[in-house]
Amino acid sequence: MASAKPRVKVPKTAAKDEVITIKTLISHKMESGQRKDKEGNIIPRKIINKFSAAFNGTQVFKVDLEPAISANPYFEFNMRVPESGKITFTWVDDDGSTYTEEKSIEVSG
Amino acid sequence: MTFTRREALGLGAGAAVFLATGLRVEPAAASAEEAMKMVMDFAGGKEPTAGKITLSAPEIAENGNTVPISVSVDSPMTDDDYVESVMVVAAGNPRPGVATFNFSPMSGVAEASTRMRLAKTQKVMAVAKMNSGAVFMDAKEVKVTIGGCGG
Repeated sequence: MASAKPRVKVPKTAAKDEVITIKTLISHKMESGQRKDKEGNIIPRKIINKFSAAFNGTQVFKVDLEPAISANPYFEFNMRVPESGKITFTWVDDDGSTYTEEKSIEVSG
Repeated sequence: MTFTRREALGLGAGAAVFLATGLRVEPAAASAEEAMKMVMDFAGGKEPTAGKITLSAPEIAENGNTVPISVSVDSPMTDDDYVESVMVVAAGNPRPGVATFNFSPMSGVAEASTRMRLAKTQKVMAVAKMNSGAVFMDAKEVKVTIGGCGG
């Protein structure tokens, strides 16, 4: 499978303590472990099982994913921004690999 | 008691239908039980009550492969009063678990959206757990035209 490609949408700037909306998407098949191939063998499960978002190292939002999440898992959630900093996004695959993405946000005023 | 050929065939066909439907119903029932158990485990012994949490999902989902859902919980999201987590459960899927969202006071608003798979028309449930231990629940019936579990 082609490597999972994360995409994240975060505003570049925010007012202090503003609650921003973050949208994330990662390309991943999310093989549920329920499907069968042509020979009738079950295709082994391979999904992203965890997603988390941290602000300056503090975890703000985390999702435990089950096979019922659609392919290319999409999440939209919120975060309060107390100061300028970095938001780190982490996806964990069933096979143990992790995919990360980082965005900076500037607090004005 | 003797059967004519026609009667015997009819009985056979009836039995086959019974068997087929019997087999179909069984996993769904097991899943509903599993779903209730998941909700109870998540609630930690508390009885989930209605209110506070809203689960939004389409009434009719044409494609069960990607059904947009969102959960929103009414909470000030302060250090003393916030939503810890929200679990989404689909009792009609082969496996009832969908996702668990874990929030923190830094979330600002306890809202999250994603896209999920639905195998068939069913009730989707969302359960919210507050930091105080209170548990709230909402459910939505979603009609599915094309199931999303692939064959």
